[in-house]
Amino acid sequence: MNDTKVIVGLGSCGIAAGANKTYQKIQELKGAENLDFELKQTSCVGMCYREPLVEIIDSSGSYLYGDVDEDRAVDILDKHIGSGEPVKDYVVKSDLFDTGKDQEFLEGQVKIALRHCGHIDPESIDEYIAGEGYAALHKIAKEKTPREQIINEVLESGIRGRGGGGFPTGKKWRFAYNYTSEEKYIICNADEGDPGAFMDRSLLEGDPHAVLEGMVIGGYAIGASQGVIYCRAEYPLAVKRLNLAITQARERGYLGENAGGIQGFDFDIIVKEGAGAFVCGEETALIASVEGKRGMPRKRPPFPAELGLWNKPTNINNVETYANVPYIIHKGASEFSRYGSEKSKGTKVFALAGKVNHSGLVEVPMGMSIQDIIFELGGGIIGGKEFKAVQMGGPSGGCIPNYLADTLVDYDSVNATGAIMGSGGMVVMDETTCMVDVAKFFLNFTQEESCGKCTFCRMGTKRMLEILERITNGEGKEGDIEELEDLSVQIKDNSLCGLGQTAPNPVLTTIKYFRDEYEAHIRDRKCPAKVCKPLLTYTIDPEKCTGCMVCARKCPTGAITGEKKQVHVIDQELCSKCGDCFNRCNFDAVIVS
Amino acid sequence: MRIQRIPLPEQEAVEQATEDLDLSVLDPLIEKYKEKKGNVIPLLQGAQQRLGYIPREAFEKISRETGLEKSHLFGVATFYAQFRLSPVGKNIIKVCHGTACHVQGAEDITDALEDSLKVKDGETTEDRIFTLESVACLGCCSLAPVMMIGEETYGKLTRNKAVKVIKNIRIREKQSNS
Repeated sequence: MNDTKVIVGLGSCGIAAGANKTYQKIQELKGAENLDFELKQTSCVGMCYREPLVEIIDSSGSYLYGDVDEDRAVDILDKHIGSGEPVKDYVVKSDLFDTGKDQEFLEGQVKIALRHCGHIDPESIDEYIAGEGYAALHKIAKEKTPREQIINEVLESGIRGRGGGGFPTGKKWRFAYNYTSEEKYIICNADEGDPGAFMDRSLLEGDPHAVLEGMVIGGYAIGASQGVIYCRAEYPLAVKRLNLAITQARERGYLGENAGGIQGFDFDIIVKEGAGAFVCGEETALIASVEGKRGMPRKRPPFPAELGLWNKPTNINNVETYANVPYIIHKGASEFSRYGSEKSKGTKVFALAGKVNHSGLVEVPMGMSIQDIIFELGGGIIGGKEFKAVQMGGPSGGCIPNYLADTLVDYDSVNATGAIMGSGGMVVMDETTCMVDVAKFFLNFTQEESCGKCTFCRMGTKRMLEILERITNGEGKEGDIEELEDLSVQIKDNSLCGLGQTAPNPVLTTIKYFRDEYEAHIRDRKCPAKVCKPLLTYTIDPEKCTGCMVCARKCPTGAITGEKKQVHVIDQELCSKCGDCFNRCNFDAVIVS
Repeated sequence: MRIQRIPLPEQEAVEQATEDLDLSVLDPLIEKYKEKKGNVIPLLQGAQQRLGYIPREAFEKISRETGLEKSHLFGVATFYAQFRLSPVGKNIIKVCHGTACHVQGAEDITDALEDSLKVKDGETTEDRIFTLESVACLGCCSLAPVMMIGEETYGKLTRNKAVKVIKNIRIREKQSNS
């Protein structure tokens, strides 16, 4: 029996890129041509820009193929499996030779949270165990590690909350541990709501057992008997794999009575699906939602460590935080804390997206510079355009301009720019992105997602959005910027939860770093990035126009006139600036200015 | 939360839709969650999964059989973005408007679909084949701009590509009907 393995990456983004079809094709060929190899699946490898990805491991080594659609799959199977000759042109990574591409994406990454992602079959508990999975739990059971010692280890590792808050995890555990109660709960916040962030989804899909193990350890440390994973309903694959992992863990005794072999420790985990409310990422709102109420935050203190779910002491951490815990316990705090900067230890996973060549999931040591992440790992800006800014922290974060690209990614350095580390979304923007439009985009989001409890958040964000809409419509007036700043301060000061307290950040950072763009919109009625349509003028280049009449026929206001094979003209009075002619023209004859 | 007022469906459409409503599909669901703590959201999710949306009758039935207040159920249902109170089209088009999709032109995609389907964002086509929706983030940022129809995700969209997908589905639907 040949022990060649063919592994297809079946994470959500791989599937979206067509990995299921690739998998089926390979399966079909395997049967039809009676090929001798083992067909397996794994999850997100992180190189989203090369999906679908297929790895072939044979006696010589490993070959990771990129962009494997059905045709390429046929070709690869034919040559690599059939004739034993790897198709080097399609290989993006191999342990045998330098592929000359994508190496920079993988070099510089340190995988702790993502240690199994893309390597193991997430639906197999045996593969997790083979990769030192549940070893931390075994260690605790065998050595009868006292609870305080586990908490101390986590504290010493220096790990801070990966959901964005950055509160030391060990401290949080100690608070929950210190409250005595018959019943305690441990919750995993998997309500990843930031638009532009998909770290937690990839982790849950790629290595669900790591999250479970982290929760069991946390549950034991604080003295909880029940764990709850609050997961976005928009992540069906993650929910499915979590439920499967829970069933497997129960069968093997990692959950249930004497969980993980720890005598007298009864612990179980359930998955609760969220119902689509960004505010439920806030811990008190999340608790309300688990209890079946409207997800509205409440005043803290009392903190959940004292009065949490069903008014019992409760500890809440994010997915990535829990995924790090088994590593810390198994390898020791110092092994974790040797990565990172002085006050931010370990690694952080980022979802790199937007106008960057290599979009995907990267895990880097804290303290790497933004410059290195975007230009080394990320391979620079699409089309060689100019890098303008990077948005970090989603709707609670801000835009960091290109001249601050040497900012190091750790909690304190990023906070100093006015953005926040957040959960790890990094959306790269180039010269064609309008910063006022970006601010409006986030305000629109937070305005819709405000739960409505605090007046300043509910009404203030609405007023700010109205001003931004006016500015992008070419109706801005002097004093608008100052009013935005004033409203921002009021909202920050007078909101109960993180949503309101941070909602003005995207506006404040763009005003701080791109004030000239706001002024161009307001004073000159111009959008320098050519994004805000009402501020643009559409004209037709007589040199390029062929008189095909496509634009004239489709113009909704009848602003374009011209005979067949004659140059067309746009009547500026009638033009509604919908941009339809620009999108339709096949000859690039419509000029936007 | 989403202070958008959920538009009340046309009376006629409601009557038509509720005529063939079979509420008995809710029985096992209610049985399962009746006595459980924190059961409101799973009950509503289950009802929507079985009926496609949550009709008034479902609220009444759940309330009657579980003892939960109707006002509580309705309050929760209108708070979360997931719940729908009116019938939807056979295919729900979810156009992603996450940050990555936004900077890569998601606005244009919604625009093109609105044009082609002759509905506004959030509405259902007259033939009830499509409902057009904007969603916050589908988490496929590297394929931006993206839309999802049923289980299928379509990435790296352009205006034309998006419209073509819709047209193909419509042709398929019409063929299977005739």
